Parts: sequence; C-alpha cells; structure tokens
Amino acid sequence: MKGRKARVARWAVFGLLVAALSVVAAGCGGGDEEGASTQIEGLGSTIEEIQANARDEGQTNLVIWGGYADKSWADQFTQETGCKVNTKDGAGSDDMVDLMATGAWDGVSASGDATLRLIAKGDVAPINFDLTPNYADVFPGLKDQPYNTVDGVGYGVPHGRGPNFMVFRNDIVPAGTDSWAPIWDGSYPNKLSIYDSQNFIADAAVYLKATQPDLNITNPYELDDTQFQAAVDLLKQQRPNIGKYWDGVTYADQVTTFKSGETVVGTTWPYQVNLMAAEKPPLKVTAIKPKEGTTGWSDTWMIYSKAAHPNCMYLWMNYIISPEANAKVAEYFGEAPSNEKACALTADANHCATYHADDEAWWEDIYYWSTPQADCGDDRGEVCKTYEDWRAAWTEVKG
Amino acid sequence: MTSVPQAEPPPRGSPGRRLSTFLFRHDRIRLGGLLAGPLGWLVVIYLGSLFLLLLASLWDTEPFTSEVVHNWTLDNFKRIFEEPVYRDVAWRTVSMAVYVTIADAVLAFPVAYYMARVASPRTRNILVVAVLTPLWASYLVKAYVWRTMLGEEGIINWLLAPFGLELQGKSSLGLWLSFTYLWLPFMILPIYAGLERIPHSLLEASADLGGRSLRTFLRVTLPLVFPAVVAGSIFTFSLTLGDYILPTLIADEQFIGTVIYTDRGSNLPVAAAFAMVPIAVMTLYLFVAKRLGAFESL
Repeated sequence: MKGRKARVARWAVFGLLVAALSVVAAGCGGGDEEGASTQIEGLGSTIEEIQANARDEGQTNLVIWGGYADKSWADQFTQETGCKVNTKDGAGSDDMVDLMATGAWDGVSASGDATLRLIAKGDVAPINFDLTPNYADVFPGLKDQPYNTVDGVGYGVPHGRGPNFMVFRNDIVPAGTDSWAPIWDGSYPNKLSIYDSQNFIADAAVYLKATQPDLNITNPYELDDTQFQAAVDLLKQQRPNIGKYWDGVTYADQVTTFKSGETVVGTTWPYQVNLMAAEKPPLKVTAIKPKEGTTGWSDTWMIYSKAAHPNCMYLWMNYIISPEANAKVAEYFGEAPSNEKACALTADANHCATYHADDEAWWEDIYYWSTPQADCGDDRGEVCKTYEDWRAAWTEVKG
Repeated sequence: MTSVPQAEPPPRGSPGRRLSTFLFRHDRIRLGGLLAGPLGWLVVIYLGSLFLLLLASLWDTEPFTSEVVHNWTLDNFKRIFEEPVYRDVAWRTVSMAVYVTIADAVLAFPVAYYMARVASPRTRNILVVAVLTPLWASYLVKAYVWRTMLGEEGIINWLLAPFGLELQGKSSLGLWLSFTYLWLPFMILPIYAGLERIPHSLLEASADLGGRSLRTFLRVTLPLVFPAVVAGSIFTFSLTLGDYILPTLIADEQFIGTVIYTDRGSNLPVAAAFAMVPIAVMTLYLFVAKRLGAFESL
C-alpha cells in the first residue's frame, strides 16, 4: 500500500513537471512582433477627438525620471484633461527600457541612451506633431536630433536637457579649477563621487579627447578598439580613488557624502547641486562645466506603440512641453527647458540664462548620452564598441 | 455529563455523501486531489521559474537593444568562466559568506550556551526576546543604521579615533560587520535549540565517567550540537550569498547579487547564467550539510 502511494505521488510530480515545462516552453516561443506605425489604436485623429477620448480613458501611466511629474504641475493636467497621472521612477535608462517592454506603461521620459533602443525594439511609436501644438515652440536645437529622430521620423517630444557637471567642495579643491583633471589624476584618493553607469566610460573619453589628441576621439560614444581600451584603462586607474558611486536611485546619497566629506569632488546633475544648496546650512560647493567639455542628457517623451491610454498620453506630451509646465519642471529639476516660451515664465527670471537654454554654442561640447553602436557613424565603418561591450567593460572596471 | 452534539451525517445519496464515498473507494484520486495544490505550487511556480532561469541563461541578446534573442548558446557560461571579473566577484562573495558564517558561529555559541545552560528561565525568556527583536525591525532600517555607523563621522570611527585607528566606511570589513550583525539571530536560535535538546543525563554520565567540564564539552556537547551549528550556517551562508542591498549601500565592491542586479536590465542571459553560481554553491553546501545531519536539527 505504502509503495503504491509513493508511486502515485511520483507520477503526480512527474505529470506536473511535464505540464509546467510545456507551459514554460509555450511562453518562450513567439511573441516577437516588429514594426511601428504612426497610428495607435484608439487615438483620435484631431485634438478635439483626443480630448473627448481622454475623458473616457481617465488616466495615463508614465515611466519617468524622478521628479518629472511632480504634483505641482501634474494635478493641473488632471484638472484640465480628466487624466489621472500614475508614475513609476526608472532607476536608470536600462530600467526604463525594461519597464517599457512590459507593456504596462503609456509613455516614458527617455534619455538619449534609451531612445534609440526603444525605437529599434518597436516599443515606441512615431509622433504626429500636428496633435502636439506646443512642439512648434521647442528650441530648434532639440528637434530632429539623432536621439529622437530616425530616418526623418520623429519619435518623441523634447523635454529638456542638462549637463553632467563637475562638483567640488570649496574648502578642499582650489578655487578656479576649470578641468576634469582632479578626478583623473589621482590627487584626491578615495574621495571621488562618480556616476555608476556604463555611460561614464564616455566621460573618460571626453577627457581623453582633450588630453590625448593622438587617439583621435571624435565622439565619446563612438569608440573603436584603441580608444575604448584607453578609456577603460583610465577608468581602471581611477577605480581605487572612488569614494562612493551614485546613480538614479541613490543620487541623494551624493549630497550626504559631500556633506560628511567622504567625497569631495565628482560628477553630478544640476539637481543635486540644487539639493546641496538647499541644505541647512548650504554646502559650500562649486559646480562647473570643465574646459574639456562634458557629457549630458537630452530627454524625450515617447509614447508606447500599443499604449492603453494613447489619448491621455498625447495630451500629456503636449502639456509637459507647454510653457507653464515646462518652466516648472525645468526649475524643479535644474535643467534647461525645451520650450522657448517657458523662459518667460520661470520663477527665477534668469533660469534660462543660468542653464543656457537658448545658448547653442554652450552646448557644443556637451555630448548627450546615447547608445553606443557598432557603426561608428563615420568612415571607420562597423568597428566601434557596442552597448554590450560598454556594459561588460563597466562590470570589469568596477571589479 | 452532557453529550457532545454530533454533526448529522449527510443523508444517504446526497451529492456530498456520494463524493466522500467515491473518494474513500479511490484512494489515488483522493491523494492526487490533496497533493495537487501544494505540488502545483512547488512544481509550476517554484521549479518552473528556476527552469525558466536556466533556459534564459542559454539565450543570446541583441547587442544594440539588449533584447533577448532565442538562439541557443553557451556563450554566457563561457563568459562567466573566462572573464576574470566574474570569478573575482564570485570568489569575493563566497569568501564573505564564509567569514560571516564563522564570525556568527563564534559569536552565537556563547550566547546560545548561556541561554540554554546557564541562565534562569526568566533571563532565558528575556534573552530569547532580545535575540528575536531585531528580526522585527525592517531590514532597510538596520542596513542604513550600519551605513551611518560606519560613516566617516560615524560612531565606530569616533570610538576608534582615540586609538589612532580609522575604519574605511566602504571597506569589506564594514560590510562583514554589518552582515554578521544582520544574520546573528539566525545562528543563535538553531544552536540554542540544539543545546536545549541535549539530555542532561548525557552530561551527568560523562561526569560520572570522570570527564571534566572541558572534556565533556569537547567530547559530548560539541559533537551533539555541531549539526545545529551547520543548520544555522545554512542561513548565514545563503543569506550573505544572495544579498545585494547591503553591498550597494555599504561596499563599493561588486558582489554576486549586485552584478546580477545591474546585468539584469542590460543582459538578462548573462545575469541568469551568473545566478546559477550561487544556486550551484548552495546545492553543494546543502549536500554537505545533509551529510553532517544539519536537517535533523532544523
């Protein structure tokens, strides 16, 4: 009797195992649809139609960089359109690309290192700019850029842009420092605060571009073997001097480590510079764009190609680049707004001047985050290091 | 004496009665029905997801979009074995788990021994509560407390300062201290339970045969409680092996968990392949632990 029961149990387990594996295997096949179209199912064809449809949808779900949909402007959007705004902070570009693949989100505020990947995967749809009238007021320098436009087709509305600054404590680093050298030459062992992302390889390349002209680096995201190796070597040399890494989730930690003196110099977003200034008493730090140039970001609102609430998402894309909302978000985060007319509406009248919103020359040596590809984009051909190589190298650099 | 009211048996021929008769006669179906729920959970949800993990580790990615491509390949495993960084990280994590386990065993033994053998029942209860209380506090709170304590201006450096010493907050030493603190209760409780279970008569017998306390401890207590120590070590070892939050907060070095966490978004197959490493280590560990009789002490 006992033996029989054991045999029954064994067969039951076996049966379930087979059933489970076939379910799993079924889930693995198929599901690889490709292609994107301008039209999204359920999207109205005129602004009036979209507004009417949006009332029925009643909500939109966004993947955002923390702080991009704060209540102080999102609530007004809900009042105007009837669309409730639900958000999820992305930990970084990889996380955002991941989240969009789940299909649960209507749109995303993607940086340049996520946009092209989203487009290539067909997760985002091209934009019909007739339905986002505020796009007309966007700075020309942000339109038709390689990170938001493919083959002349625009895939999103520009949100705003900013540089990655070098920040240092005034009591440690000499005043008048105007170069990235302090983070690369080992003069502050164990005291560096560094952005934890494979994108930071580009920061090394920016420094090498200026200091080792024989490497012929033209674009810090288009690195061939020799250039890439030089950047990785420089990063490995820097590694022991790093006091603490920070990223899209732990950025507030940077303020703490600067306050305690665990780190005294490093890379930062203007956002943390604002946070440091808001400390009581304010931290005595200086943030600069060093003479070698720097990396930066230009963010784009994109719509999911199978969005469940496309009408609300279109209204949001138009709203977030409206002069009022764009002014608010730019000041809140510490970035240059994308809408020219926003400059007249910022609480600090000088905001646009401070952040060089319309000073194209100032942005010339700022290299926006972008996804490295095998195709170098010049006559070198397909010899450049890919995103995957960057990713692997970053793991190696951290050791 | 009052009679206990008995439930009316369902009338003959009712559906419930017929079902129970049916199940009584067909014990295979009865057994199958009983086991379907828990076995379904174990096999479909638990083993199924592990199988999916193994499957994912054999896939490839598109280099640009990092989308998973369903091409069978062993490259992910090759990469993990060939690139020194993965070996370094795995080795670092396993050594950390070993050091934490040793430290916890050394710290937990006297505490458990005192609780089981020396303390009065009242003190023992207080101590059990004291050991359990930290488990009620959020993991994150404890992690951040340690981060603050280990900071440049934290209490540990303040204590060390008079001796001219300084602890680097981000060092592996700080991480080791934090892990040791976090998992200590998981070691104390099994050892305490193991010591409690040793019958007094054995110790008396040892004394009767002329064994002094040290000899009794070494020849009787220790061998009997050893499986309990191994049982506790399963917790401390596996918890350290899999943790990724504390390393992010306290150390700057990479551990298995942190590498999987960062690779997950950009290269799922490599992350899945690397996840096989702790699974393999733990399988081996559990195999040895079973041989040492740890499962009987759980």
